[in-house]
Amino acid sequence: MSELRGVIVSHAALAQALVSAVAAITGLGDALVAVSNEGCDEAQLAARVSAAVGAGPAVLFVDLPGGSCLTGAVRLARGRSDLAVVAGVNLAMLLDFVFHRDVGPADAARRAADAGGRAIKVAVA
Amino acid sequence: MSIRLFRIDDRLIHGQVVVGWGQPLDVRFLVLVDDEVRDSDWEQDLYRMGVPPELEIVFASIAEAIDRLPRWQGDDRAGILLTGDIETMASLCNGSSLVRQVNVGGIHHRSGRTERLRYVYLTDQEARRLKELAARGVDVTAQDVPTARPVPLAEFS
Repeated sequence: MSELRGVIVSHAALAQALVSAVAAITGLGDALVAVSNEGCDEAQLAARVSAAVGAGPAVLFVDLPGGSCLTGAVRLARGRSDLAVVAGVNLAMLLDFVFHRDVGPADAARRAADAGGRAIKVAVA
Repeated sequence: MSIRLFRIDDRLIHGQVVVGWGQPLDVRFLVLVDDEVRDSDWEQDLYRMGVPPELEIVFASIAEAIDRLPRWQGDDRAGILLTGDIETMASLCNGSSLVRQVNVGGIHHRSGRTERLRYVYLTDQEARRLKELAARGVDVTAQDVPTARPVPLAEFS
């Protein structure tokens, strides 16, 4: 079985920036793949995401909890147990994910979402 | 308030629509006119996933949209009507005189289309279709986000 990978699907260049940030912090440069929806209709985005996923397994991280990135990812993951989708990607969840890829996509997705949620803090004066 | 934007966008419901246009127009309902989506509960659930609960989504076939357009135009709330292609919007214009302005918000590259704007690719036939709408008095402009300049049809057809 192939190693679990993360595919980040985002607007503009956000996904690539997150991949670069994870690599800079962890030194892990091959755990994540970036996909941008720039210039894509739904079919083109689906083709990009599918190419990035390859044979799977993978967790698809999308930026917003709605819109073309999410709908494209969910369409691809429909009926596939080797894929899971997490919306609302942030750097903290990716940092946790790249070190915990020895589980199935569903468990990895739940863990990453939990880590990402716990990382959100509010500091006020 | 009624329908504030009649938009052609092949990504249908996405960030530019919900946030980019939805926020400044204070949009409270979205109408997605698409015969395929209208017939698929799964597709409708998918599009609902990303929309805030305070924003109502209506899924309509072309025939239903023509029938219900007067009611939407009389709604106190602001709305956006979306189609995924020119042909669907043209059918709506053919069936109702209430569509006076059409916003071309995103038609992306596909075989046979050429770039007219960064976010608008058209076949010659699609360009002709838009000109036909304009010839019948519909104001057709391209504009991806509200802060951009509305581009007149003559500049991209």
